[in-house]
Amino acid sequence: VRRSTILDVCVRAEFHTLVLISIFLLFAGHNAPGGGFIGGLVAGAALALRFLAGGAPEIRAAVRVHPFVFLGTGLLLAAVTAVTPLLVGDDVLESALTTYDVPPVGEVKVTSSLVFDVGVYLVVFGLVFLLLEALGSGVEEPSVESNAAPDPEATP
Amino acid sequence: MLPMLARVLGKRVYLLAAGVPAVVVVWAAWMAPRVDDGEVVSQSVTWVPALGLDFDLRLDGFGLLFLFLIGGIGALVFAYSRWYMPDRPDNGRIAGILVGFAGAMVGIVLADNLLALFVFWELTSITSFLLIGTDDTKADARSAALQALLTTGAGGLAMLAGFVLVGQAAGTYSMSAILADPPTGFVVDVALVLVLLGALTKSAQAPFHTWLPGAMAAPTPISAYLHSATMVKAGVYLIARFSPVFAEAAPWRPIVVSAGLASLLIGGYRALRQHDLKLLLAFGTISQLGLLVVLFGLGTPEATFAGCALLVAHGIFKAGLFLAVGVIDHEAGTRDIRSLHPLARHWPTITALSAICAASMAGIPPMLGFIAKEEALDSVVAPGVPARWLLALLVVLGSMLTVAYSARFQWGAFFGGWHDPLRSTQSIDPPHRPPRGLTAPIALLAALTVLGGLVPLSFDWLVVGAASALQLVDDAYLALWHGLTLALGLSAVVLVGGLALFVGRLTVERAQARLHIRASADRAYQAALSGLLRSAADVTAVVQNGSLPVYLSIILLTIVALPGTALVVDPVIPDSWTFATSPLQVVLAIITVTAAIAACRSRRRFTAVLFIGAVGYGMSALFVLHGAPDLALTQLLIETLGIVVFMLVLRRLPDEFPVRKVRASRYVAVGISASVAAFVFVFSLMATSSRRAQPISDEFVTRAVPEAGGSNVVNVILVDFRALDTLGEVTVLAVAAVGAMMLVRGRRTAPDTADQQPPEGARSTTPGEREP
Repeated sequence: VRRSTILDVCVRAEFHTLVLISIFLLFAGHNAPGGGFIGGLVAGAALALRFLAGGAPEIRAAVRVHPFVFLGTGLLLAAVTAVTPLLVGDDVLESALTTYDVPPVGEVKVTSSLVFDVGVYLVVFGLVFLLLEALGSGVEEPSVESNAAPDPEATP
Repeated sequence: MLPMLARVLGKRVYLLAAGVPAVVVVWAAWMAPRVDDGEVVSQSVTWVPALGLDFDLRLDGFGLLFLFLIGGIGALVFAYSRWYMPDRPDNGRIAGILVGFAGAMVGIVLADNLLALFVFWELTSITSFLLIGTDDTKADARSAALQALLTTGAGGLAMLAGFVLVGQAAGTYSMSAILADPPTGFVVDVALVLVLLGALTKSAQAPFHTWLPGAMAAPTPISAYLHSATMVKAGVYLIARFSPVFAEAAPWRPIVVSAGLASLLIGGYRALRQHDLKLLLAFGTISQLGLLVVLFGLGTPEATFAGCALLVAHGIFKAGLFLAVGVIDHEAGTRDIRSLHPLARHWPTITALSAICAASMAGIPPMLGFIAKEEALDSVVAPGVPARWLLALLVVLGSMLTVAYSARFQWGAFFGGWHDPLRSTQSIDPPHRPPRGLTAPIALLAALTVLGGLVPLSFDWLVVGAASALQLVDDAYLALWHGLTLALGLSAVVLVGGLALFVGRLTVERAQARLHIRASADRAYQAALSGLLRSAADVTAVVQNGSLPVYLSIILLTIVALPGTALVVDPVIPDSWTFATSPLQVVLAIITVTAAIAACRSRRRFTAVLFIGAVGYGMSALFVLHGAPDLALTQLLIETLGIVVFMLVLRRLPDEFPVRKVRASRYVAVGISASVAAFVFVFSLMATSSRRAQPISDEFVTRAVPEAGGSNVVNVILVDFRALDTLGEVTVLAVAAVGAMMLVRGRRTAPDTADQQPPEGARSTTPGEREP
């Protein structure tokens, strides 16, 4: 397999920034464009870049947790946020809102729907991860030419 | 919780489980004086108000009788299981399901709301399924469990439909309200037939009786509890509740009474053929339930009263007999009367106890069963019962069969009546004495049987209370001696006839062997099941033929045909036309359209995918122009990831599209696409200009900040206002991800395992490559 060193290095450099951006989007989502879906997709795209650079082993090296863990945790978070209000006596998925005063940052508003959104984020990310891993494993061995082909196209 | 405790307690977990029904008995006893005064104890919890699903609990005399049965026999059977069940890892699970079942049964008899009753009803079906299939390594246990579930489940669904019809006709789902003011009419008649389907399948009445003998695959205590004493009586319970009010409705009596009589006779007849003691009792149960159904189905006060008495008597003696079979099975290792040595010599106590119960089943004085049978015969010949002489004849015949198979049971089980040295697999050594824990519950049940017979007053209050909760019963009481009545004469006839059948058993067996009616109801079930499976396979083969283009065409054509027709029939002409609000839109539109056309025309799959991606990017740019950054961002990301995933899939496909051999199919495809495009165009045009109601988005916008604390409305909708939708979508995503992975894995592992790389190897090459 011929690996492009430039692509490799650039992607490594970008990866963490992209994940940070995705997390920013996740938190910003409540008031500005973003949210769990978009954040998860950005994180997934970051992972896809790693994949393009180095194939399935590369993403396994980048994220050492199994994709099922993301799917499961995400679903669990979303479901738990959905059910928790019942315990307090509210309706399903009723959202709660509290404002904390964190000294250096100032006022931080926390809603329970943020937890829900984190769940969405995790599920979307897990989905992309799983697809890449399932469809992409064994990609480097049999077909060198098709591996080279998507590189320039899919990173606009 | 019980499975966890079972690890520590082992089989003693059953004793703990026995505490639950014991508490039911105590509670019932606590309530008994209040209920006996005619008070109805009720409690209501609103559950789903929108569906009229209130969780109304209601306890009256009839419910009390059932509570005693469920709790009393439950406690005895659970305690018995402690000594009966072998050491197995899932004892905790079985105990848990048993307790769950007991709870569901209590729910059935306490629920006043029909829908709540249905929920408990199905719960008992499911727990019964799980318990029959306890030995899940045996194929016949699994198929028996499935048959029981299918039969009672299908009946339960019919019953639900009946409940809904009755509930709609009456305007309430409260059983007490419906029975107080019963609706009438054709719809109600249909509903009653449906409800009866549920009741008759549950109570294993002909022609749905075939699941009950199969259910004997369950361990004996479970059969004793579920399939003789309690669950199968749920159907009887429902019939008893409805009968006093609906007995005059057109379909009620003919169906109930004929099904009951058929079961009475078929059960008794087939019980005489059985060599397996448990099967003998199972057919006996069908027969006895048949008699109960007849009695309650008549709906006359006398019959109802007799039914209540028989309910108690049957619960006690049948549980005792089943437990006795359990002892034989457990200690002698077989329950085939042809391989059993005469056990009476070794086990005088068990023999005597079983004799008492069998005598009660046969209706021999002075047992409780005799009193009940006497009442039953008395009520059948009472004036006012339609076709009473025919009815009496059939009931007498059925009772004779009952006497005969009771004798067969006792003689075969303990006196070696059918002992065949050739078949005997059992060692010559006398079986050792059963532990006290197995004997004690039987002794208690037998004692109750005798007590009820000798001192009828001990059960009188319970039975009278139960019967009068159902309908007005005047001056009925249990007594051993009613004087020289017609029923007494009939009882004598029954006993003599039954004993004659027993004495002439060889002749009877020869006659039965010659008649040799193969179980037609069982065959009907098998035929129906295989027919259903076959037709399901056929339908699937036609509907799901596996061709994606066909699926797609059908979906698209449906879109054009249904809403499209509506558009043509009632068109909305837009008031004003806006071509474009900015020149950029025109440019983007041209790019998008060009890309779409190019995608269709490209020969190579790879190019087509790229053009489709371009279409997506064009769309997201349009979203940006329209001020929807969230949507645009999502679309953009999806397109990007979509292309990556497409590329991965394309590796496995040929580079170029196959050339269509038939030109016509190409034209069909073009035609479909064009019509869909035209439809979508017209539809969007009309839809945007025909909005009349206030757009819901306005409300969302105003509510977003104060209620959800977020100013990004799209996100607030996703995670707050419409969070349930999102939860569903997320679940779908997760399932789709797992499904896609399985598809890919399954496809790859099956044909070409060779080229799949072991993950360890793949991982180990990574570090080496990583170092530049």
